[in-house]
Amino acid sequence: MSDTSLASASASGGPHGLGATDRRDSWWLGPMLVFLGLVAFGVYSTWAAWTGTDYLLQSHGAYYLSPFYSPDVKDLFGIAPPFSFAFLILWIPLGFRATCYYYRKSYYRAFFLDPVACAVGEPKGRTYRGETAFPFILQNMHRYFFYLATIVLLFLWFDALRAFFFTGPGGHLQFGMGVGSIIMLLNVIALSAFSMGCNSFRHLIGGKMDCFSCSGAARTRYKLWKGVSVFNLRHQEWAWISLFSVGLTDLYIRLCCMGIIHDVRIF
Amino acid sequence: MSKREFKVWRGDAAGGKFVSYPVDVEEGMVVLDAIHQIQRQQAPDLACRWNCKAAKCGSCSAEVNGKPRLMCKTRLDSLPDGEPVTVHPMRSFPIMRDLVTDVAWNYTVNRKIPPFTPKKDTQWLMQQEDVDRVQEFRKCIECFLCQNVCHVVREHDKKDHFAGPRFFVRIASLEMHPLDSLDRIPLLKKEAGLGLCNITKCCTEVCPEEIHITDNAIIPMKERVVDRYYDPVQIVIRKLTGKDKKD
Ligand code: SF4
Ligand code: SF4
Ligand code: FES
Repeated sequence: MSDTSLASASASGGPHGLGATDRRDSWWLGPMLVFLGLVAFGVYSTWAAWTGTDYLLQSHGAYYLSPFYSPDVKDLFGIAPPFSFAFLILWIPLGFRATCYYYRKSYYRAFFLDPVACAVGEPKGRTYRGETAFPFILQNMHRYFFYLATIVLLFLWFDALRAFFFTGPGGHLQFGMGVGSIIMLLNVIALSAFSMGCNSFRHLIGGKMDCFSCSGAARTRYKLWKGVSVFNLRHQEWAWISLFSVGLTDLYIRLCCMGIIHDVRIF
Repeated sequence: MSKREFKVWRGDAAGGKFVSYPVDVEEGMVVLDAIHQIQRQQAPDLACRWNCKAAKCGSCSAEVNGKPRLMCKTRLDSLPDGEPVTVHPMRSFPIMRDLVTDVAWNYTVNRKIPPFTPKKDTQWLMQQEDVDRVQEFRKCIECFLCQNVCHVVREHDKKDHFAGPRFFVRIASLEMHPLDSLDRIPLLKKEAGLGLCNITKCCTEVCPEEIHITDNAIIPMKERVVDRYYDPVQIVIRKLTGKDKKD
């Protein structure tokens, strides 16, 4: 045993071959659903971002902006690339979710089969480096995506609140509520709950401290850490809820824009 | 009383196979009871390790129907009816005989972790909120089910470069301890191979003490490694302020 290695005992681990297991439950079901869920979202969101149309509903005084197109850099800053401007923003939430600890778990299992499920064999003949080498070593930048995604989230809050104001007959903005306003609000709440449970956030807000009681500031951070931990416990659930809510919000606005359905104004 | 078929792995380092035994099932029985009955009535030479039969000593780890479990905590009525129950020794450690494996690697790893080292002139007074977080980790019974299921060990056989989830839990309990003075972040990144863990959570799934191994120990330790080795802003700030130790 050399001093830098952790072991000397003869090993009995080793690749068992894909799917090799004594498990008799439906271990393949979870990864299969994750695979289908992520593929479905990936296909829909890419298409929705690609179109560059039907993302802003302005009929009947409403102002509903699809979350895939927020912030509306074309309208705000006049940025108009030769492709859909959604792509100028979307890499941020995409990077945030791709480096999220929960999503990492889910796609390492469902896409890389590494491992496909617990105590189930993996394909033979692969070199494994985990998150110590390119590309997965980049996962360590997750906190930076969290910072950027928080900025995008502020825009989405603005959009959701803006969806409660409708242009009246004289051109004035009036407080009101449509089904779309509620959908946009629920969506941004779900997205916030997802962000609030982020493991990097949990670390930065207080988890990095060893002593929670050593100062007034530490006590405050301890309380915040406790709060974040509540969301963190349900991070997986919020990851899926917010993924679907963001897709469905776009779909709702898109279908309204296309005239296939009509937004109902509640008051 | 009903009968149930048990397929128990019998053999040694040279090889082995599942052997069938009929077992009389009574209400409330756990897998370890069945193994004891087989020892008593049919195979007195069947090797199996156990101690407390109360899920507290961590000795009776095995794979029941392919899932890493404590035999003494696995009730027969929790297993699907009408099919045999398989019991296999843990697959990631060298087999000694039948259900007994050689878990010495774990103790080798453990000895490499610098133990609790209090600060100089420590005031031995702690607040409950500082104790809570490490107390979860103290529940570990060293059953090594997490070490056994972890694919870094089980499939990729990285025992020489990886400490495994049980020891990430132990290191976390020391690193988060407000009265400890050592810095184990370099150990975590290098010898303990924390980066090899891809947070796929099988350790958490099998832990009989329900320790949130991944969320409460591994990920917080990964974040501390990021602070130290990957976060460019923090690295620059530390360089500028000359503060290169832990907070
Ligand atoms: S989360 Fe990490 S330590 Fe736990 S089983 Fe998975 S790879 Fe191993
Ligand atoms: S952390 Fe849990 S699974 Fe791992 S050795 Fe301790 S009690 Fe067993
Ligand atoms: S860990 Fe999931 S968003 Fe940060």
